[in-house]
Amino acid sequence: MDTNGNILQLNNIEVMYHEVILVLKGVSLQVPRAGIVALLGANGAGKSTTLKAISGLLKHENGRVTDGSIEFMGERIDRRSAEEISRQGIIQVIEGRRVFEHLTVEENIKVGAHLNTGAKMRSGVDKVYAYFPRLKQIRERTAGFCSGGEQQMLVMGRALMTNPKLMLLDEPSMGLAPLLIKEIFEIITRLNREEQLPILLVEQNVKLALAVAGYGYVLESGRVVMDGTADSLRDNPDIKEFYLGLTDLGTRKSFREVKHYKRRKRWLT
Amino acid sequence: MEFFLQLVITGIMVGSIYALVALGWTLIYKSSGVLNLSMGELTLTGAYVSLTFYQWGLPFPIALLFTLIVGLVLGLVVERVFLRPLIGESVLTVIMVTVGISFFLRGALGFIWGTDTLVFTPPVFPSQPVQIGPIVIGQVYIWSFIAAIVLLLIFVGFFKYTRWGLAMQATADDEMAALSIGISAKFVYAMAWAIAFMAAGVGGALLGNINGVNVSVGHLGLLVLPAVVMGGLNSVPGAIVGGLIVGLLQNFAGGYLDNLTIAGISIIPGGAKEMFPFFAMTIALLFKPYGLFGWQRIERV
Repeated sequence: MDTNGNILQLNNIEVMYHEVILVLKGVSLQVPRAGIVALLGANGAGKSTTLKAISGLLKHENGRVTDGSIEFMGERIDRRSAEEISRQGIIQVIEGRRVFEHLTVEENIKVGAHLNTGAKMRSGVDKVYAYFPRLKQIRERTAGFCSGGEQQMLVMGRALMTNPKLMLLDEPSMGLAPLLIKEIFEIITRLNREEQLPILLVEQNVKLALAVAGYGYVLESGRVVMDGTADSLRDNPDIKEFYLGLTDLGTRKSFREVKHYKRRKRWLT
Repeated sequence: MEFFLQLVITGIMVGSIYALVALGWTLIYKSSGVLNLSMGELTLTGAYVSLTFYQWGLPFPIALLFTLIVGLVLGLVVERVFLRPLIGESVLTVIMVTVGISFFLRGALGFIWGTDTLVFTPPVFPSQPVQIGPIVIGQVYIWSFIAAIVLLLIFVGFFKYTRWGLAMQATADDEMAALSIGISAKFVYAMAWAIAFMAAGVGGALLGNINGVNVSVGHLGLLVLPAVVMGGLNSVPGAIVGGLIVGLLQNFAGGYLDNLTIAGISIIPGGAKEMFPFFAMTIALLFKPYGLFGWQRIERV
C-alpha cells in the first residue's frame, strides 16, 4: 500500500506505439483512494492511451510504456499483462460502449464475473441491477440492439461485476442525450461514494467531469499541462476559455466572436 | 419413396457426425478467427487413437472417452506449441500453420499406424441391420447418431451455459472488450482447440467404424468446410445444420447421381458423393454469402 494515500501513481511515463510514435511524453498523475480524478484534454491528447497504459491493453495495440513507472497499491504494474492487471482489480471501461453484441444483457453482465461462481455471481448481478434498474427490465434483450445509454450502463455494470478496486472510465458521455448523461454521472458519483470505488475519468465534457471529480489533469499533446482541484480548474481562465467556452466575465461567449476564435496561448510545447 | 427415406435417414445420421466435427471447427473460427484447415487430420487422429484403445481391449465407450481425453491434451499441446507464438500475427500466417499441422499429422499418423486400412475388430456394433418400417439401417449408424447427438448437446450446453463458454462467446464477439474485463484470450484459444480436437476425435472414431480407418477418414473430416460455409462460418447452430445438410447431400448424390444412366450410358461414373457437397457450397455462396446462420453485423439505426 502506498503511504501517501494514493491507490494509483503514474511517474513520468512515456508511451510509444509501433516503436516509433511517441504518444505520451512524460505523464505523471495520482489517483487517491476513493477519489474521482478527471483526465481532460482535446482529441488526440493521449487520454485514452494513458488509460490503456494503466490497464495494460496498450500491449494489444502494439504500444509500450518505454519510460517511467506505474504503481498500483505500491506495486509496479507497467510490465504486467492486461490479464494480470485486471485480476489485480484495475478495470478499464473502454471507449465506444463495447458490449458483447450477440449476447443478452444478463449474459453480458455475467461475463464480467467469469472468475466467480454460483452465489457470488448472483449477488453481483443483483448489485448491478440495483445500480442500473433499467438493465433489469431489459435483461433478456440482445445487447447489440440496446440503446446507447443502455449499452453504457451495461459496460459499466459489466465492469462492476469484476469487483474492481479502480475503475478507468473512458468517455461515458460520448454521444448520449443530456438526460442520460446526467443519469450516468449520478451513478458514477454513487458508485464512488457507496462502493468507495476510485475512478479515473476521461471526459470531453469538461463541465460535467469537473462537477463529479475532486481533482483534474489537463493533457495536451501527450503532456500534463495543468492540474489542480476541480474547483481551481473550474475557475481557471484558460480552462474557461478553451474548454468551457466562457469569457473572463463568466458569460457565454457570443457566436460572432467564435468565428474569429484563435487560440492565443498554449501552455507548453 | 422408400429409397428416398432411406437416403434421408442415413444422410442425417452421417450428417450428425459431420455436425460434431463442424462444431469444433466453428469454435476455433469464432473465438480466434483462424480458418483451421487441419480438421480432416484431427478427425483422422481421433479415428486411429480410438481404434488403438479399442484394439487394446477396452470397451468402445471407454475407448471413446479416452479419445476425448487424448483430444483434450493434444488440442492444448498443439495450441501451446504451434499457435500461441503466433497470436498477433496475420491471419494468413496462422492459416498456413494449420496447413502445416495437417501435413505433419498425416505424416505422423502414417508413420505410426501405416497406410493400410485398419478396421475395428471385433466389430463394435453388430452388423445385423435394424428394420424400421420399410427402411433398413445399419446399427453402426444408429449408435453413431446417438453418440454424436449426445456430444453435440454437451458441447453446446458447455458453450451456452457455463462461464467458460460465456467467456468464449464474449471473446468471439469483441476481443478487446473481453480483454478489458480480464478474460484471458490465451485460455479461450486453448479451450477452443481442445474442444475442436475432442469433437474431431470422436467424429473420426465414429466415421472409422462406418468405413474403416485410413486416410480417407481425413477427407471426410474435410467435409466440415462445406458444412460450416453453408451454415455460416461463425454460427454454432449453422455448423450443426450445415453438417446435417452435407450428410444429406452426400447421400442423395451417392444414391441418385452415381447410378444415373441415360440410354444405358452412365453419365457420372461415380464420385458424385465426394464432389457434390463442394458443388452445393459454391452455389450456396453465390446466394447467401453469410451462410444460413452467419452473423450479419448488428446495426442500430
